[in-house]
Parts: sequence; structure tokens; C-alpha cells
Amino acid sequence: METILSIRGVAKTYKSGTVALQPTDLDIGKGEIFALLGPNGAGKTTLISIVCGIVTPSAGTITAAGFDTVRDYRETRTRIGLVPQELLTDAFETVMATVTFSRRLFGRHGDAAFIEKLLRDLTLWDKRDAKMTELSGGMKRRVMIAKALSHEPDILFLDEPTAGVDVELRRDMWRLVHDLRERGVTIILTTHYIEEAEEMADRVGVIAKGRLILVDEKAALMRKLGKKTLTLTLSEPLAEVPSALSHWPLTLTDEGHALTFAFDANAEDNGVRALLRAADEAGIAWKDIATKQSSLEDIFVGLVHEQEGRA
Amino acid sequence: MTFNWHGVLAIYRFELARFGRTIWTSLMTPVITTSLYFVVFGTAIGSRMNEVGGVPYGAFIVPGLMMLTMLTESIFNASFGIFMPKWSGTIYELLSAPVSTLETLVGYVGAAASKSCIVALVIFATAHLFVDVQVAHPFWALCYLLLVAVTFCLFGFILGLWAKGFEQLQVIPLLVVTPLTFLGGAFYSIDMLPGIWRTISLFNPIVYLISGFRWTFFGVGDVPVAASLGATFGFLCICVTVIAVIFRTGWRLKK
Repeated sequence: METILSIRGVAKTYKSGTVALQPTDLDIGKGEIFALLGPNGAGKTTLISIVCGIVTPSAGTITAAGFDTVRDYRETRTRIGLVPQELLTDAFETVMATVTFSRRLFGRHGDAAFIEKLLRDLTLWDKRDAKMTELSGGMKRRVMIAKALSHEPDILFLDEPTAGVDVELRRDMWRLVHDLRERGVTIILTTHYIEEAEEMADRVGVIAKGRLILVDEKAALMRKLGKKTLTLTLSEPLAEVPSALSHWPLTLTDEGHALTFAFDANAEDNGVRALLRAADEAGIAWKDIATKQSSLEDIFVGLVHEQEGRA
Repeated sequence: MTFNWHGVLAIYRFELARFGRTIWTSLMTPVITTSLYFVVFGTAIGSRMNEVGGVPYGAFIVPGLMMLTMLTESIFNASFGIFMPKWSGTIYELLSAPVSTLETLVGYVGAAASKSCIVALVIFATAHLFVDVQVAHPFWALCYLLLVAVTFCLFGFILGLWAKGFEQLQVIPLLVVTPLTFLGGAFYSIDMLPGIWRTISLFNPIVYLISGFRWTFFGVGDVPVAASLGATFGFLCICVTVIAVIFRTGWRLKK
């Protein structure tokens, strides 16, 4: 895959001494959707702010489409669009005026036909003459996206695109991201919603406490770190885990109506058969059995805890 | 892209649109305050005043009045222009745009200076209703007006970058520039001051500005024109240097 964005040794320590980002290396392929996943304050926004030129890095270099983001900032910035996390708009400007302003600011002439299409795609056309103060939060979010796309960037950064957004807009946003990818736009989004990364991303980078812990294909990540849980639904509720099974890592759930067992899906002997045999021998009657792949959320929580444990 | 003209024009138009939203207060305020100054200084007091350096007092105060308003207007307009995006957070867009320091300055300072010049011309037109004032060197008067407007808009731009809140934004124009302008000979010639005060006045940079502008009107000033031009250009260079340093280091702009 052709690399469109290359981050090398980028780090940020604020004047206060706070280390927001440890030295980070990351390559983003052309046309991919990359999700930076991490809790609040993990360094997601710092990283993309550095790429966009809003925060000055303490160390490291970045190239976008082969250009250095500092030396050739005109080349890189015309290719990059940013939708910040917060709704930052000029209160008294109209939708049309603010989107046209953005396009021109990025060195493009005000193409009325293009802007009309952009506003229609984002269902903003009816609101084109409305002032920003008259718009709902969801509409403002759409305007922020329109502004970021107004100069037709090749790389789009979406910082927490669906934070505080209703279900409908979230669906629209996901659709938009897929449409943009069809057109060859590379998308890097930050999120702390696992389902968002799961839904949209090709690759996921997990970031916590300023450190990029791992980067992998979404499917591979889930496979590699995937834990499964086995749930036995019992015929009769139990008060506690029977002593015959006490050496198994079992927990009694659903008010004693179920036994759950976590196992490694990739292990050669995952222990499921042995457990079922042991349960039969102990005379535990069960009426149903289910296994579940853990979600990215479980993986993520596990990783962050591991990181904290090490720190 | 060698020079981002689209970007510069976008900023310029954005700023003018901001002024356009308050066009009535922007233009009526100078008309009314100028009229008040003429009622008080021109008619009530001026009628009892002698000529100053061969110029009737009413006409004498016109350049000073224009400067007084221009200096504060330039600082307010330019400082608000850059302070507001910083305060509201919309500055992210400017920082992430392919716009150089020079282009940013041309856009913001150009727009603020345009407004200041318009306001100064409105004051001049209003003054005409009260007194007969002839401009000896109209071309140089316009050039000087533009020079001072640009210089003080640059100064305002620095204040806008420096200010962390609305109070800081107002401190310099209200507590420093306005008093210095009043003491800088807006309403009198510093020759009218007793010896020691005249010498002290020569340390007030505004004296040079008002004197230079007055020269373009009447052909005479408190200090030589060359000194006025030198002082104005000197201040302009200081402002440009400070801004260049600010943009290079990202001080108060970038984290």
C-alpha cells in the first residue's frame, strides 16, 4: 500500500512538563480509514493537531504526500482537511459564507457549483443562508465537515466525529466516510467509541497515556487479542461455584443461572471440552451453551489496563 | 502556489463583512464624536482662542482629531480581528491553512487599516461641516494616513495576539494610547507648553505622528517632517519584527 502520511518520532511535551505524546511512528496508507482509539487525554488530538500545524511538535518529522509538513507546509496543508472535536464556528456568518471562506482560505477560488454539491451532500443546502447561531448542534457539526471538505483534501482528519451526535447523524457520518473513501480520500479519525472504529476502520491504532500501544488491521487485532467467553445457562440456579469445579476460572452470573468461562480462542487446547466434561461429572445440569467473541471494547480495556499495570 | 491570494482576500472580505454588520455604529460614532468635539473645542472654546501658527483653531484641531480616532480605531479593529478567532477557537482553521505570516497580516491588517482610513475620511468630511479646512499636500496626507493606519493596525494585531482576555484587549488603547494622544498635541501645539513639558512631550511618540499629519495639512509641524516619518517607520519596523517572531515561535498562537 502506498504511504500518504508518514509520522516519524513525533513527540510533544508541553511547557508545563506534561508529556502529551511519546515519540511516535506511524504510516498511513493512501485511501485507508484509520482509527486512533483511546480514552480522553490519551494524546489523539495532540497527534492530529501536530500533523495539521496547530500544535508544534517537540521532536520528529511528518511527511504528507511526500512533502514535509513544516518546510512545504503549503503543499501539505492544501491536501489536508481537519474537522476538530469542538464546534468552533463564527456565530454571525451564514453557512454559505463560512464554507466559501474556508475554501478560499485554502487557496481555492470560490467554486459555487462545488459548494452547492457539498452542501447538498451534507443536507445543508436548505440552511445555506442560516446564521451559525441558528443551527442545531448536529447541523453545526455538518458545517464543520463541509468546511473541512471545502478545499477537496486528500487526507481528512475527523477528531471525535460522532461525540454527542444523535443516531441519525452518526449513521450519516459513517456513510459519508465510506463515500469519501470510495473517492480515494484517506481518513484518519479519532474516537473513544469502539463501535465506531469497528464499524468504519480498516486499521486501528490504540493510544493511551501518550503512547501508541499497537497498530494493526482491525480484523487481525480482534483475532490476535480476541478472548472468547463461554456461557452455560443452568437448569437449576446455583448459590456458588461447585467445589468440584473450583479450580476452573469460572464466575457465576445472572443471579446463579449461568456459569461463564473466559478462554483464549487461539489456544491449541482452550479447555472447553475438559470443562464441559468436568461439569457433567459434577452433575451440573445445563440447558444452553453460548460462546461470544470479545469486542474491540474488551480488547481495548484489557490493553489499557495492561499498560497501566506496567506503568 | 507562491502567494495565496484567495486566502488573503478571504480574510480581508471576512473582516470587512464583520465591520459591515456594525456599519451604523462604526460610522455614526465618529460623526457624532467629531461633532461634539467641534461644538466644545471648535465653537465654545475655539472662538476665544487665537490662531495657532497662523491656522484658525477650529481647522488646527482637525488633523489631531482624525489621528485621535484613527489610532484607537486601528488598534481596536486589528486587535479584535485576531483576538476573536483566538478566543472562540476558530483560529484552528487559520493555523491549519496554507497561509503565510505575510498573507495573514495583509488580510487582517489590510482590512482593519481600510476601515480606519474610511473612518478618518468620515471625520474629515464631518469637520468640513463646521470649519473651512484646506489640505496643503493632499497626496502626502493620504499616504501618511495609510502609513499610520497600517502601523497601528500592526500594533493592534500584536495586542490581539498578546491579550488573554477582553480586559487586556482594552488596557493599552484606553490607558496608554488615548492619554498619549491627548498629550501628544491633538488639541494644541507642543510649542504652547512651558519649556520642561515641551521637552517631556518629545518623548511621546504620538507627538511625531500628529505633527507629521498636521504638516501635510498646513505645511508646518511641531517637529520636522523627517523626524515624524522616521518615528512612524521605526514603529512600523518594530511591529513587523515582533509579529514575525510571534509567528515563527507560535507564541500565544500554538501550543
